[in-house]
Amino acid sequence: MTTDSHALHSAAGDHGGHDAHDAASHGSLQSYLIGFGLSVVLTAVPFWLVMTGTITDKQVTALIVLALAAVQIVVHMVYFLHMNTRSENGWTMMALIFTVIMVVIALTGSLWVMHHLNVNMMPMHDMSQVP
Amino acid sequence: MTVAVATSLTTEPVFHLIDEHAHPDGASTMLGFWLYLMSDCLIFAILFATYGVLGGNYAAGPAPKDLFDLKLVALNTTMLLMSSITYGFAMLTMEKSQVRATQAWLAITGLFGLAFIGIELTEFAHMIHEGATPQRSAFLSSFFTLVGTHGLHVSFGLVWLVTLMVQVARYGLIEANRRRLMCLSMFWHFLDVVWIGVFTFVYLLGMLR
Repeated sequence: MTTDSHALHSAAGDHGGHDAHDAASHGSLQSYLIGFGLSVVLTAVPFWLVMTGTITDKQVTALIVLALAAVQIVVHMVYFLHMNTRSENGWTMMALIFTVIMVVIALTGSLWVMHHLNVNMMPMHDMSQVP
Repeated sequence: MTVAVATSLTTEPVFHLIDEHAHPDGASTMLGFWLYLMSDCLIFAILFATYGVLGGNYAAGPAPKDLFDLKLVALNTTMLLMSSITYGFAMLTMEKSQVRATQAWLAITGLFGLAFIGIELTEFAHMIHEGATPQRSAFLSSFFTLVGTHGLHVSFGLVWLVTLMVQVARYGLIEANRRRLMCLSMFWHFLDVVWIGVFTFVYLLGMLR
């Protein structure tokens, strides 16, 4: 019994040592600078696109802006939050995937349902014309 | 016979396997904090969805084009991005156990965060002064809720930052303080990720609407 729990405690110790690699994988100066450089570019380009109106088609501009935002979120996750599939035996990644699925359902579901609700509502008068 | 009874009385019967082992202090804190951040992410997702649904309902009031100043938003974004990288430097100096350098980088991070909050409050004050209050339209209600919640998070992050600076000044970079600083690091970078969503969905796409 006691020997058993000792063995378990040493296993726990090993477990703790194993966890230490999370702290070690906390990024280097280089990774922070790469992340920062990418973020600056990925922030500056959409602002520039919208402020100058270089692309006249608004829909295309919106799509590019959204795509750049998605890329920048990934850059932040990797270079600043040090996301990887190994940390905490993959549980952080699992939680992230679950959250992303929830966010996608909440966002697309709300927008989709409310859009159709608006389209199928009785035609409304333009409120700005009401005296 | 009697011997067998005696042994069965002295040895306690075990009905379960001991599979729970002792964890080192704070070993699960980072995962737990990450789960908190994910739940926070859901709060912001709901606020983004609300803004997405109501963002076009101006009630004949001001639209994004009348209100937003993209130069100010770009400046604000720069402040938050700078605070993110300086916090990263604070983490790097923390790993080298340089207390003074860590404190200095934390202070710089705090100043950038303070600048962000200051600029945001100026923007809000300007909008409210122009009559674009949260009560004006559904667009403005959802705008103030979403952006205000993010600002509130940054404000509490600043309170946390100052608290940790006092802790580090008092007790140095002990194990507990390192763990706290790593939690705040995740919190701070997470807020920067949320801000990417805010300036894209609210400000940039609002100007394109």
